Amino acid sequence: MRIVAALLRRDLAQMFGSGQRGATLLPVLFFIAVAMLYPFAVGPNPELLARTGGGVIWVAALLAAILPLDRLLARDIERGYFDQLYLRGIAEEVVVAVRLLAHWLSFGPPLMLATLPAAALLGLDSETLRTVELGLLAGTPGLAAIGLIIAALTIGMRGGAALAGLLLIPLAVPLLVFGAGALATGGSGGIALTAAISLLLVAITPFAGGAAIRAAREG
Amino acid sequence: MEPARITATDLACRRGDRLLFRGLSFDLNGGEALQIVGPNGTGKSSLLRILAGLLQPFAGKVERNGEVALLDERLPLDSDLPLGQAFAFWNRIDGAGYRAEELRPLGLERLADVPVRYLSTGQRKRAAVLQSNARRAGVWLLDEPLNGLDVEAAAQFQARVGGYIADGGIAVIASHQPFDVQGLTKLHLGDYAP
Repeated sequence: MRIVAALLRRDLAQMFGSGQRGATLLPVLFFIAVAMLYPFAVGPNPELLARTGGGVIWVAALLAAILPLDRLLARDIERGYFDQLYLRGIAEEVVVAVRLLAHWLSFGPPLMLATLPAAALLGLDSETLRTVELGLLAGTPGLAAIGLIIAALTIGMRGGAALAGLLLIPLAVPLLVFGAGALATGGSGGIALTAAISLLLVAITPFAGGAAIRAAREG
Repeated sequence: MEPARITATDLACRRGDRLLFRGLSFDLNGGEALQIVGPNGTGKSSLLRILAGLLQPFAGKVERNGEVALLDERLPLDSDLPLGQAFAFWNRIDGAGYRAEELRPLGLERLADVPVRYLSTGQRKRAAVLQSNARRAGVWLLDEPLNGLDVEAAAQFQARVGGYIADGGIAVIASHQPFDVQGLTKLHLGDYAP
């Protein structure tokens, strides 16, 4: 428990700390920028914006998830953190699980908060806003998990950051289909399915990530 | 420190499709030190990583009694944090070992407020020395430990390793530079090349 607390404390300090200088804020700004630009691109028709706005928010959230990938693991691997923690008997799985929690905290809740101004910019009604927020609550843990798995798999690859972005998009499609699909049906079925996919992804991430980090040592 | 021991039996190491060494065996007990010498590219660092359990040997096995510490060319400290705060993370992980009296012998006590990225090469090395084995593990693996240290710091470091061995630790040193501690045996890795 002491170890988990120490790891989480460092991860959160790294993600929210002054050293990053707004790197955590970048996906949120990107996300709001998309919501701001969309009405300029398609015209100020309120009906069209209200009908498509929820989907745009989902696409923006998915693309914003790509931005932090290159600093999730690469720097710690380079500096030998994982090796030193392994020598102290701390499994890669534990480190990755804690990293996943910290990554989601730095990404999910801020995005959900930014959805409020974004919804206002797109003129979404309160019912749609509720569905989008619930969908993001169910879907962002899955997006964070996919991001972390990809970051682990692309360790040590040249141009890993660009590749990571390309890899995330197809893997995130199921989350998008069900999460944004809940908007069209208005039902909770889509959100439940999104949550189920997220749960599965969150459950396998520590093991997939740990195995990828160990495999990278042999490379 | 629990009585330390490390035994390597018939080790072989392959990197890519190249066999680096084979048939390597040794047995070290507490209070002993081994220097691995050999030209660049003969697998000194790989051998240390195998001994640490970070790499799987191509053949053979390693048995360890006691914890293992590894010092290599990397510095696992957050570069944007002051040294004191960067050490605080490892202090929480290790439970102890980063107090002022432990920083002083390495000349780090006055650097606690300096961000890690402003440290000089020698200062970074001395910080890495402390981080690698503040918890006093029984086996200390040292990969080119004298790189970046000036003459005085190198002498102090060898004295530190000497004291560690005298306390019952095992040191395995991979270095092409002469290393001076009591009871050091040498292992020429070139003798085990295929």
